[in-house]
Amino acid sequence: MNEHWLYRPRTLSRLRTWGVGLLVAVVVAELFVTLHPHFGFAGWFAFNAVFAFVSCVAMVLSARLLGRFVRRRDDYYDDDRLPAARSGGAPASDEERA
Amino acid sequence: MSLASVPPALLLIAGAVALPFIAPRWRLLALLGLPLAALVQVWHLPDGQVLAGEFLGFAVAPLQVDALSRVFGTVFCITAFAGALFAYRQASLMEMASAFLYAGAALGVVFAGDLLSVFVFWELMAIGSTLVLWSAGSTQAWRASMRYALVHLFGGVVLMIGVAGWAVADGELGFRSMTAALDGEGARALAAAFILAGFLLNAGAPPLSAWVADAYPEASPSGAVFLSAFTTKTAVYVLIRGFPGAEILVGIGLFMIFYGIVYALLENDIRRILVYSIVNQVGFMVTAVGIGTELALNGAAAHAFAHIIYKALLLMSAGSVLLVTGKRRCSELGGLAQSMPLTAVCGIVGAMSIASFPLTSGFVSKSMIVDAAAYQHLALVWVLLAAASAGAFLYVGLKFPWFVFFDRDCGLRPPDPPANMSVAMVLLAVLCIALGLSPGLLYAMLPHAVQYVPYTGAHVVSQLELLLFAALAFFMLLPALRGTLTISLDFDWFYRRFPVLLLALLTPPARLLWRALGEAVCDRIARTGRHLARVYGAREGIASVAGSGAMATAALSVFGAVLLYFYLR
Repeated sequence: MNEHWLYRPRTLSRLRTWGVGLLVAVVVAELFVTLHPHFGFAGWFAFNAVFAFVSCVAMVLSARLLGRFVRRRDDYYDDDRLPAARSGGAPASDEERA
Repeated sequence: MSLASVPPALLLIAGAVALPFIAPRWRLLALLGLPLAALVQVWHLPDGQVLAGEFLGFAVAPLQVDALSRVFGTVFCITAFAGALFAYRQASLMEMASAFLYAGAALGVVFAGDLLSVFVFWELMAIGSTLVLWSAGSTQAWRASMRYALVHLFGGVVLMIGVAGWAVADGELGFRSMTAALDGEGARALAAAFILAGFLLNAGAPPLSAWVADAYPEASPSGAVFLSAFTTKTAVYVLIRGFPGAEILVGIGLFMIFYGIVYALLENDIRRILVYSIVNQVGFMVTAVGIGTELALNGAAAHAFAHIIYKALLLMSAGSVLLVTGKRRCSELGGLAQSMPLTAVCGIVGAMSIASFPLTSGFVSKSMIVDAAAYQHLALVWVLLAAASAGAFLYVGLKFPWFVFFDRDCGLRPPDPPANMSVAMVLLAVLCIALGLSPGLLYAMLPHAVQYVPYTGAHVVSQLELLLFAALAFFMLLPALRGTLTISLDFDWFYRRFPVLLLALLTPPARLLWRALGEAVCDRIARTGRHLARVYGAREGIASVAGSGAMATAALSVFGAVLLYFYLR
């Protein structure tokens, strides 16, 4: 099969290696610049890296938690699923009312 | 009115009216020429009041120019141009005309020197945008446009109450900062609060944020591009001019930021993800207006400028995918980079910009806002803004391109979209990078002098740390981020579903009550009811359209209450 270069296993493993390398490089780079933190905690070594990772995980987890309460099937608002229409209460559409 | 003082708004609005009468072969010229002419006019107009007059005893200035209005005017013209280029082959004539009316009205707001002119163009914008939604032609779009129109007409009423109150309390209608009045007492404070509420509704602020994600994703591929640019950003403009430094905006902005992130994380529809990110990014701007320093206000204006361009680019990219595949869900897409390389690259440039990668427009604008919080020593605000900056890369900067162009191969091999759409995308992608490479272009336009230097070693390294470790979190949590066939309930539940449930709930006890009342009373009530229905009913007499009838009644009651308040005072 004529596989696209993006989907070759070798490309994926290379991308992974480069990605990890980049993560290490950007943390190491912090040693070579002078940070000017406005808050004490922002000056800790690799603060931004840890902070970004932790806050992203926290955001995803809290979104999933909220999702438990607010997620509905994607036809929730479709008219034939109106609870009132099924129980015979309110007319389902303008045409019925007319 | 000489040629030198033609309002840019008039060029586009007149164009909207004339468009159907222009021969099809000249139409493209008008579609591209008018936004360019408006852009030239934006820069040609002198500072200060260009047109002024009197209306109902109040001094009005329908055309007033300064640096702030010029920033927004410029980016509105650029978007109208790029949007028209993107749209002209696919979009209906109706959509193009509506989009020009809409863009013209937005230009009208940013060049309005008094609250009355702001209000007039504000309402015109609501009409134009509803028509853009309408032009999509689907039943869903029609329904969404009706909900959209109701929310915005309600917002218009709130704004009108504020403007009328301000006229009475202040005696004049010049559009200037009302922040001080907001903190005061009495009628001025109340009027300012109403004006602020009217402005915030258009920004997508809570509790009515749901209209943004309800309406925009139902528009046509090109319609969404226009819609993303004008309404929420004119709201940012009026907030910058009307309420700089109003502290309440910091909290509201931060809420919008995290509302956008959380809902976008739960979302499956690609354009809805992008639309939630409008609320998120406008949240940054609203927070900045609340901080209110020169750097923060510059940041809000600069970020609005950058945001309009990269968001239009992202929606063009998503719109192209929708156009060529007919699919709009993350869970049905994937691997499209193989056959749509140009759309993928443009989408990635937009995604990098929204995530504020160095060398893109988002980096030079959003950093101003985050640093403005730091300079004011607002530690909590800064921490939240930094977390949201990392989150922005995760929930949209990666989620959108990854699930659409990479990830699991969906098997589809559609080509890149037609040339006009590709050229429009490339144009905006180039702009995103140009602004990132030479921020001076943008900074020179801003209302206050800029000493800010975005590219320092420390800043670039810390930003890259934030973004790359957000990416690490993304790939580690990939299974939790995959789209599911769900929607997320929002405040719109209260006007879409709650009344129906209430009706179903109240019907049985009402029946019992009816029986208990006896025939004579029932007859009388029924007759009165029929009479009222004949006069005021949804399909009869005074209000023959259900939506506007209900709205008119609501508006009338609110007006009555305000009148009573000012009369009794």
